[in-house]
Amino acid sequence: MGNVATIIMQRLLLGLLTLLVVSIVIFLAVNALPGDFAELILGQGATPEAVATIRRDLGLDEPLIVRYFGWLGGILRGDLGVSFAQLNFRTNLGGAGDVGVIDQIAPRLSNTLFLASVTAMIAVPVAVTLGVMAALFRNSVFDRVANITTLSSISSPEFFMAYVLILFLAVLNPLLPSLSNIYEGMPFSERVEKSLLPALTLTLVVTAHMMRMTRAAIINLLASPYIEMARLKGMSPMRVIVKHALPNALAPIINVIALNLAYLITGVVVVEVVFVYPGIGQLFVDSVKIRDIPVVQACCLIFAAAYILLNLTADILSILSNPRLRHPK
Amino acid sequence: MMTILWIAGVLLAILAVAWAFRWAGQKATSNAPGFRDMPLSVAFGYVFGAALLIWAVRFYFQPTQTEQGVAVASVMFFRWAVQGLIIAMIAAFAFKQFGKYVGSAWSRKLFRSMPLTASFGILVIILYSIVAIFAGAIAPYGQAEILGAANVLPGGDPALGGNPDYPLGTDNIGRDILSRLIYGAQNTVGIAFVTTLLAFVIGVTLGFLAATLGGWLDQLLSRGVDVLMAIPSLIFALLLMTIASVWAPRLGIPLTFFMVVIIAVIDSTRVYRLARAVALNIVVMDYIEAAKLRGEGLGYLVFREILPNATAPLLAEFGLRFCFVFLTIAALSFLGVGIQPPLADWGTMVRDLAPFINFAQFAPLAAVTPLLAAGAIALLTVAVNFVVDWMLHKSSGLKE
Repeated sequence: MGNVATIIMQRLLLGLLTLLVVSIVIFLAVNALPGDFAELILGQGATPEAVATIRRDLGLDEPLIVRYFGWLGGILRGDLGVSFAQLNFRTNLGGAGDVGVIDQIAPRLSNTLFLASVTAMIAVPVAVTLGVMAALFRNSVFDRVANITTLSSISSPEFFMAYVLILFLAVLNPLLPSLSNIYEGMPFSERVEKSLLPALTLTLVVTAHMMRMTRAAIINLLASPYIEMARLKGMSPMRVIVKHALPNALAPIINVIALNLAYLITGVVVVEVVFVYPGIGQLFVDSVKIRDIPVVQACCLIFAAAYILLNLTADILSILSNPRLRHPK
Repeated sequence: MMTILWIAGVLLAILAVAWAFRWAGQKATSNAPGFRDMPLSVAFGYVFGAALLIWAVRFYFQPTQTEQGVAVASVMFFRWAVQGLIIAMIAAFAFKQFGKYVGSAWSRKLFRSMPLTASFGILVIILYSIVAIFAGAIAPYGQAEILGAANVLPGGDPALGGNPDYPLGTDNIGRDILSRLIYGAQNTVGIAFVTTLLAFVIGVTLGFLAATLGGWLDQLLSRGVDVLMAIPSLIFALLLMTIASVWAPRLGIPLTFFMVVIIAVIDSTRVYRLARAVALNIVVMDYIEAAKLRGEGLGYLVFREILPNATAPLLAEFGLRFCFVFLTIAALSFLGVGIQPPLADWGTMVRDLAPFINFAQFAPLAAVTPLLAAGAIALLTVAVNFVVDWMLHKSSGLKE
């Protein structure tokens, strides 16, 4: 067991290091802006005095390294700075009703996580079941149809799927609302109903990939001697796959599920914009459009952190599900 | 709640019919192996498929208008979808037959072993290329040309708000949608193609260099790529586009140019990974050793020895990369930070025309235009994926 613990510790440290380097990359990218924040906030016609005041307020006259560590320290304390839009407010209202980036992001992030978990709850069971069925009835009509359908849904853009679903499930047959304007304090059932259409869109996109990988992972194992043995014992094909092939195919399947959840994190951006879902993706795109750098920076870091975390989970889970690593000789 | 109960009821009914079907089959054929060994799930599949088919046929032949003369939008959409699918299948089949008898012996052999999906993919790619290259000659109007009438509905029927001059209607400021779709092929596909090429030039060159030279260069590049790949690509692209959008007006360089470079750099990391892995397998070969002993330079090694031997995997990767780049550009444009107006492109068109979907109930034709633009994107990526899937399947020699 010591062996596995060391490997996992190594992975964790590596993940942490990656996150640190990513934060440097994001910080440097933002600092590649022409001029600096002060000019960006005040616009073209700013007086030099006003620029100097804002620079001093934001600490922009300090060297790059000091600012980086200041920013990093702020993140660790949960302080992501103040958005430009809020900064404008502050100068006009004299600091009344200050809202930091963190207060803007927190509710949005929880909305997005809610959407992602609803999606995962639908997509994972459906994908694994369909994958097992496709492996069971491989080369049948069902398998062919599933193959073509999943390939098409992997390769079409999210917004195409989203609008097709809106057309059929919201406009032609008004079953679900096409706008997901959820808010705080909404009853749970209504919340689920409103986020069902974006969740279905995301499901369509990720299910296809997960299902294909499940099918491939199981079919890979079907040539193994123990599967042959189980077949010769007279087991039904269903039992052979569910009892013998599936547990051994678990590692690649878990891996692909985690990777797809990581994909969800970026997939939400487009889907949230289509359905006007108040999640972090929408906030990100809005901030990109108005060049609200502190928010863009923070969102980017959160997306990257989630992505790294899920990839790390995939890594660790596949180590844990590998019996050869769990029981070293 | 009622819907769920209803669905459960239908599924149970199908299950019952499936059981009866298997039982009847066993009795009728006096336990032929086909029926005797049939699991209930397979019987369920047959009955479910048959039920779906019957429902589809019935739905297809429902009247498209109610007695009051109001269009039934869902039936119309269903008919269009089915007709599109049938036309696509016929076209793919005809193209495959055509390829079987025309062309060189090599291409004829290729077409004989090709699945229908792959021939469909090739046909679509050829059509798109023709439209993209000759967009200026095909399109009836210019892409940014503002014509007299705004918001003309598609269909070309004056009684339904159309105009025969604009078969797909005009958008909210009076640009011809058909022309913009055609120019969109040129812009969106062209820009995606250039971006992918650039990504390949960067990725392959660096990947091959890292594999041949090894040492600190390899370490440096590989770790750098690791870091860049740790940031989700769409997010990173959006971050860099924000910064580029500040730089672009100051430098007087169009934002689209920045987008090409940004996406090419981000995607070149994925190409680098593959190119390096492929080249690592090649540099240990004897002929590389021989070339080194002959005293050949680095350029000769990379471009004359490694590149020709790495073409096959790189070509398949090119198809996949193109899809990713194409979708990223479409997504960026859809979000409003990609290809900038007045250039016509499909992502922006989808965003601009999307509100029309809400009128599908009353004006089915109006709702088609945003889907046409989105469908144009989807069709091309699906087609490329079909071809790549077939190529990978062929080269891996998989039978099952």
